[in-house]
Amino acid sequence: MNIWEGKKINSGVAIGKAKILKKADNLVKRISIDDADAEKQRYDAAKEKAIEQLMALYDKAVKEVGEVNAQIFEVHSMMLEDDDYNDSVYNIIESQMVNAEYAVATTGDNFSDMFANMEDEYFKARAADVKDISERVVNILAGVDTGDDMGDEPVIIFAEDLAPSETVQMDKSKLLGFVTHLGSANSHTAILARTMGIPALIGIEADDSWNGKTAILDGYSGRLIIDPDEDTLKEYEAKRQKDLEYKELLLSLKGKENVTQSGQKINIYANIGKVSDVAAVLDNDAGGIGLFRSEFLYLEKDTFPTEEEQFNAYRQVAENMAGKKVIIRTLDIGADKQVDYFNLGKEDNPALGYRAIRICLTQPDIFKTQLRALFRASYHGNIAIMYPMIISVDEVRKIKKIAEEVKAELISEGFKIGNVEQGIMIETPAAAVISDLLAKEVDFFSIGTNDLTQYTLAIDRQNSKLDEFYDSHHEAVLRLIEMVVKNAHKEGIWAGICGELGADTTLTERFLEMGLDELSVSPARVLAVRKAVRDTK
Amino acid sequence: MISFNYVITDEVGIHARPAGALVKAAKAYGSKIVLENLSNGKSADAKKLMLLMSLGVKKGDEVKVTVEGDDEAVAAEELEKFFGENL
Repeated sequence: MNIWEGKKINSGVAIGKAKILKKADNLVKRISIDDADAEKQRYDAAKEKAIEQLMALYDKAVKEVGEVNAQIFEVHSMMLEDDDYNDSVYNIIESQMVNAEYAVATTGDNFSDMFANMEDEYFKARAADVKDISERVVNILAGVDTGDDMGDEPVIIFAEDLAPSETVQMDKSKLLGFVTHLGSANSHTAILARTMGIPALIGIEADDSWNGKTAILDGYSGRLIIDPDEDTLKEYEAKRQKDLEYKELLLSLKGKENVTQSGQKINIYANIGKVSDVAAVLDNDAGGIGLFRSEFLYLEKDTFPTEEEQFNAYRQVAENMAGKKVIIRTLDIGADKQVDYFNLGKEDNPALGYRAIRICLTQPDIFKTQLRALFRASYHGNIAIMYPMIISVDEVRKIKKIAEEVKAELISEGFKIGNVEQGIMIETPAAAVISDLLAKEVDFFSIGTNDLTQYTLAIDRQNSKLDEFYDSHHEAVLRLIEMVVKNAHKEGIWAGICGELGADTTLTERFLEMGLDELSVSPARVLAVRKAVRDTK
Repeated sequence: MISFNYVITDEVGIHARPAGALVKAAKAYGSKIVLENLSNGKSADAKKLMLLMSLGVKKGDEVKVTVEGDDEAVAAEELEKFFGENL
């Protein structure tokens, strides 16, 4: 048994025989010719055939993966009709008196290099498109059959790289998953894999000896196992079964409303910790982002992140969510999440220490940089700001004053600002108890149940000795939540939960009774919670 | 010669599909049509798909479109409409 780690492209578990796809060695020979016109005609005929094939692929793709994803093949056929591409092929045939195969391969290389050298990832990925269309023409010229030869048994495909056309051509009933050495998460092939729901990994170079061996592809952990032992195989067969059941649930619940049988509605949002998590948010059909932890910006760096770096991250998430709400929590670093350049020092009691809003109010420069980035990004989407670790009305007023200053500054500098809701986390018993007063100051409450439970029960969750005393459903916590919701509604603002308790489906009914407006859970839990809501009377 | 400027609002910019549509639109006219990406100074013939894509025009970039030829008036007007609707 051997285990490799790759990069996840699409989740899911596949178990089956490995099949290594070898591209027909594209050894394009440079052959001298006598008749340039005849060679150009050969090229024209091959090009026409290629365009025909691409339009047929387009039709197949429309049926299998939808119009939007199929459009790439229409573009491919347009690329083949590009004047510069054709001129280059003609030119090489004429000036060097060489065969069409060589002229096409050279032209393809030149154009794909042009894209490969571009800065933007999207345009970079177009290099593969040019290679793909050029190979198609070369294959037609050389009389190579590009039809699939996948055999009769379902397989996991291994390849150096896969072009979108190759992916679509494959017989889906025999394709369990695929693993490529090259490729990127942004490639069309990756997008197609996700659309078709095929587990996939990249970054693993296949060894010829794997051909025909049993392989396990775990698209959740990024792991590839060749020749698994019996226990591992059993374990993964169970995982695969669970995965299939989950996907069925997913399919049946996507696009459905979060509404109980008696008509009560609730928003189900997702919690994320980095920009790339947005894909999972959209895949799981969350209505928005209820908690975007901004700490990653600080934890990944050796110095304070600049306003521009933060702005770009916030803007990207807001834009990708296309108008859906994105609630970003300001810096929640403390002695438990150490960052060297903050110089926080060691504390005996980090959970009760110098952290989160306490740092921001003591060092307003750090806070202001983040607020500037947030308000600027708000112009590009539907951003809300949430402040952590609040215990008093006075703190909230101080925060609001700073936020107003930042906004005025930005406007005087000519920046445009969107409509930004500002709310607070309710994670201290103090905030819960005075939530009637706090509700007059803010636009929303989001209850952080992890901290609220730990502070209310005075139980350190890191200490396993205390497990027998810990009760996540403790009535004290539930009563605090209920009180917070009531006080929010009295002042006409909304209240949600963004802690782990929100995803606890044994409590969903109780939360609905309390009248919570929103539950924000990890992306993978969105549909499970939706199911619990829809199952509620 | 007529020219107009336009700020791209499409999420991914002039990527493959809109570039293809733009080439089709531009080819309907005899005029020479040049597109310049003002954010990086690169320019390309709007009738050439690959070059057009190589400009790397992204959302928020401002482009300058210059039309020159016998049918420049109608071409410029129609192309400006095209940008507004598609990009």
